Amino acid sequence: MKGDLNRSRRNLTSGFAYLLCLLSTAIALIPLGLILVYVIVQGAPALNLDFLTQLPKPVGETGGGMGNAIVGSLMLIGIAAAIGLPIGVLAGTYLAEFRSPRLSWTVRLLADILSGVPSIIIGVFVYTLLVLTMKRFSALAGGVALAVLMLPTVARTTEEMLRMVPDTLREASLALGISRWRTIVSIVIKTAGGGIMTGIMLALARIAGETAPLLFTALNSRTWPTGLDKPVASLPVQIYTYAIAPYADWHQQAWAGSLVLVLMVLLLSVGSKLYFGRKMRSVR
Amino acid sequence: MAGCITTKNLSATFGDIRAIEGISIEITANKVTALIGPSGCGKSTFLRCINRMHELVPGARTSGEIIWDGRDIYAPEVDATEVRRGIGMVFQRPNPFPLMSIADNVSAGLRLAGMRKNKAGIDEAVERSLKLAALWDEVKNKLDKPGGSLSGGQQQRLCIARALAVEPDIILMDEPCSALDPASTQKIEDTMDQLKDNYTIVIVTHNMQQAARVSDFTGFLLTRETGEPGRLIEYGPTSKIFTMPDHKETENYITGRFG
Amino acid sequence: MSSINNLRDKFRDASRPARGRLGDTLFTVIAFLAAATIILIITLLVYQLFEGALPSIRAFGADFLSSSEWDPVKDIYGARVFIYGTIVSSLLALLMAVPLSLGIAIYLSQFAPRWLRSPLGFIVELLAAIPSVVYGLWGIFVLAPFLGQTIEPFFADHLGGIPIFAGPVYGVGLFAAAVVLAIMILPTISAISRESMLNVSSDQKEAAQALGATPWETVRMSVLPLARPGIIGAIILGLGRALGETMAVTMIIGNRPEISASIFAPAYTIASVIANEFAEVTAGLHMAALVELALILLVITLLLNLLARLLVQRTGSGALKRKRS
Repeated sequence: MKGDLNRSRRNLTSGFAYLLCLLSTAIALIPLGLILVYVIVQGAPALNLDFLTQLPKPVGETGGGMGNAIVGSLMLIGIAAAIGLPIGVLAGTYLAEFRSPRLSWTVRLLADILSGVPSIIIGVFVYTLLVLTMKRFSALAGGVALAVLMLPTVARTTEEMLRMVPDTLREASLALGISRWRTIVSIVIKTAGGGIMTGIMLALARIAGETAPLLFTALNSRTWPTGLDKPVASLPVQIYTYAIAPYADWHQQAWAGSLVLVLMVLLLSVGSKLYFGRKMRSVR
Repeated sequence: MAGCITTKNLSATFGDIRAIEGISIEITANKVTALIGPSGCGKSTFLRCINRMHELVPGARTSGEIIWDGRDIYAPEVDATEVRRGIGMVFQRPNPFPLMSIADNVSAGLRLAGMRKNKAGIDEAVERSLKLAALWDEVKNKLDKPGGSLSGGQQQRLCIARALAVEPDIILMDEPCSALDPASTQKIEDTMDQLKDNYTIVIVTHNMQQAARVSDFTGFLLTRETGEPGRLIEYGPTSKIFTMPDHKETENYITGRFG
Repeated sequence: MSSINNLRDKFRDASRPARGRLGDTLFTVIAFLAAATIILIITLLVYQLFEGALPSIRAFGADFLSSSEWDPVKDIYGARVFIYGTIVSSLLALLMAVPLSLGIAIYLSQFAPRWLRSPLGFIVELLAAIPSVVYGLWGIFVLAPFLGQTIEPFFADHLGGIPIFAGPVYGVGLFAAAVVLAIMILPTISAISRESMLNVSSDQKEAAQALGATPWETVRMSVLPLARPGIIGAIILGLGRALGETMAVTMIIGNRPEISASIFAPAYTIASVIANEFAEVTAGLHMAALVELALILLVITLLLNLLARLLVQRTGSGALKRKRS
């Protein structure tokens, strides 16, 4: 009888713990839902063709848009990708395909550590490295900052995906008299392509939303981008600028900008997830 | 005649572990040579020394000589990829390239090993190789389907076709039928019979009946004690090895009285 | 047959192997350089920040850490206020995020129906995909007013006697920043904890179940102890993220360089002051002081990350070994 009581008390505890865990998960979903709802409800009314294609209007005038910031963001992401992707994929390839234990261990650890460095510090770093030496804020500096941010993610994902490619494929290729580098590029990387693409898309999603490292590298601009060596507007920085300004009209625009940004980022994240799922099935 | 391999005092190690030692053998061109022996006797390692695949394992080394048509393939000026182009290999498990079509699998070596060929030349090579591997009739209408969509036996013949496409002199087969059903095994053995007119074939097998069926010469490898490297015990015409071997150990093995 | 022989001769063309070798060497060198870039970046990063901070380090020495004065007009700089704001906001965030994250990790790795685990995990991780600046925007216009009108007055009215809950309440401030930080680090902590819980082998769990343990007892007795290094690593990584988080915090912490006892008061963090002041400064001691702040934050996050990676790696490899044997 006493054992039964004990048992039911233990079951009760277990049920209670289960409920708490369920509740935690539910609570985590509330802010996600709330943020999405607010961004849509507040942002959608201000989202129109003008917003996507026009330059910002001066203070006091209503209307205008974030066209230059959208183009600027794409430009910055493009620069970052042009620098960060080749280096990242090659670094990951080195980690996976060339087994030199000590160097690989160091690079792997440093890549992990680099991915944990706050993005604002990367901004300060690129400022001292490029902005001070070039004596100007520039799109290039902003792009380099974003490239540094995406580098460790791309390198590590590439490495992990290449490791999933079975050695039998490498052997099959080498046994045909295909050289090592051709084997890596045309067989191994190609086979792991889906997974690497996913990593790249996630890395792009991350840098698309970055604000802090752009504040004093790419700075901001109220005109269309004019060159790599000129300051350039970007969606996140523009949202920030508008959000902390005291004008209701700008707040509205900040919400609309957020809607565009969130859509971009979610599209990349969710898209990569679906793409990866399909690719992996086709490999197996 | 192209395609003869002579090894002189060949030894191979993985780090501190000696896998094979002191193997000297003359492999005759345009014949099928079978290597038999209990598992762990180093017959696969020996095979992988012949096309310089052994050295891909970190810490793996070889010593001694392997002469292919008069040249030492381990000479410093010889490039391993060149050796592998002339000495093809078929592995234990079929390993077609998963994202490539059947045709692309077959032509992979031609396209990626730096052989410039026009489209027609590649198509012609694909057809010829698939016919040689006795797979053409089964796949000619679905050449653009992925290689992985074939059955296991078909995949293995696809891998044979892939190896043939780069026109090697010699084909090494590392237990090519161990993952296959009897019907597929039969097909591959038939293929080997066709191929030996133009190619030298070296096959490693754990299946003595298969060795007896397909080969002209047979080598028997054995590890005498645990931790010892594998050595070549006996080598000669298959009919002799299987009927009146010179060594007691060979006789014990082929009559199943081993160990 | 002659055409085949021609082909074979072509293969043995002496220039081919040389080209193959050259390609291999070239590719190895390029890949090596790419990998070395990562080492170079970290080295340059530490060097640049140290050099940039030197004037400030020379001018203030250790006082930089203990002084609360930050006065660009008098050109005197001390980091204490910002260090305080950074650490307190992050610790408050951990206080909220850790229990929730562990609950999520346990639910997603042990309790949830199998078909639900992967999609639900993905949705929780979407929280990490939302840009920081959007959290900030939402924080200013939705969360901070909400906290300022409901939760904060409630605590201030009923527990105002305790200094940490004392008013006045503004909405924006340490507490609001901590709540947003908690939401932002939740996916990090829960995802990595969940990984280490999944790495606990089923043998270990079955051993507990065979003794008649309830589901919760199984978690407590076998899953949590074995996953502990990974969970601690996850928490440290979350802390690292919170310490360096910039935009959302800058937008809602109030940016007032003061140390107050109350968690409802405005405060200031290292990352925020860099974000606010860096673009306007061009040189001099002010810039050096800001770079020194960045250096302090860098050193803290580097150490935390190193520690966390080692811990997470330990559970990861331990679990791998168990699986293999």
